[in-house]
Amino acid sequence: MSNKFFIPCKEANHVCDKTQYKEATLWEKIKLNIHLLYCKACRKYTKNNAKLTKLITKKPVVLDASAKEQLKAAFEKELAKQQH
Amino acid sequence: MPKHVIDPNQWINLYSDYLFNYTITRVNDKDMAQDLVQDTFVAGLKSMKNFKGEASERTWLISILKRKIIDYYRKINSNKGKAEVRMNYSGDENEGDWLEERVADPYDKTAEDSIENTELGIAIDKCLEKLPAKQAQVFEMKTILNYETEAICNELNITASNLWVIIHRARTAMASCLEKSWF
Repeated sequence: MSNKFFIPCKEANHVCDKTQYKEATLWEKIKLNIHLLYCKACRKYTKNNAKLTKLITKKPVVLDASAKEQLKAAFEKELAKQQH
Repeated sequence: MPKHVIDPNQWINLYSDYLFNYTITRVNDKDMAQDLVQDTFVAGLKSMKNFKGEASERTWLISILKRKIIDYYRKINSNKGKAEVRMNYSGDENEGDWLEERVADPYDKTAEDSIENTELGIAIDKCLEKLPAKQAQVFEMKTILNYETEAICNELNITASNLWVIIHRARTAMASCLEKSWF
């Protein structure tokens, strides 16, 4: 009975990681939340983990180097045409 | 206030990332976005003499880009239904008479936003560099490129539980690396 509802920290963190990728099942999430009720360390981990996910999704997409080179080459050709 | 000057030599360095970000949130296609940015620079170059110096270079380029994006959607649309009736301005005088044209664009990113986002991007990249190579690779595939767990496992020849352990370590390291300035 006890290990049906109560999971160790290690498993809680694992479920928390899975939640960040929306891969945890409902039952796993319930168990995680029960664990979080009494475990301060995991609460902190969960909070930071969610924040990390949020930050990563806000990360801007940048042009990769090769694309930028390409852009630059095309642009300079045009620029040269303009100045002559 | 000093008049804004225009110097196309610096455009690519200064604005290409900004314009690209602006475009990608609107067209959702990397190649297309890249083409549109390039078109914008070229168009800017051609109409440089029309630049009055009232706005900054970047604002001016964005206004060209906006037109390019609209044109792009028009082109897709006209391919879809040729029989469609389109309402349009009857003449130059009435331009901008549609109400929606006069409302400020709520999705327009402010400069502050974009600066903050650029800094965040740099910070994330720095922290990623500090991770061990394997962790960084797995974390990037999973979190940034959004690969399926199974695909990563197959490609790197690891088991799912391997993967989750690596992810866990990477996340812990990333969180503590970003903690000081971003949490």
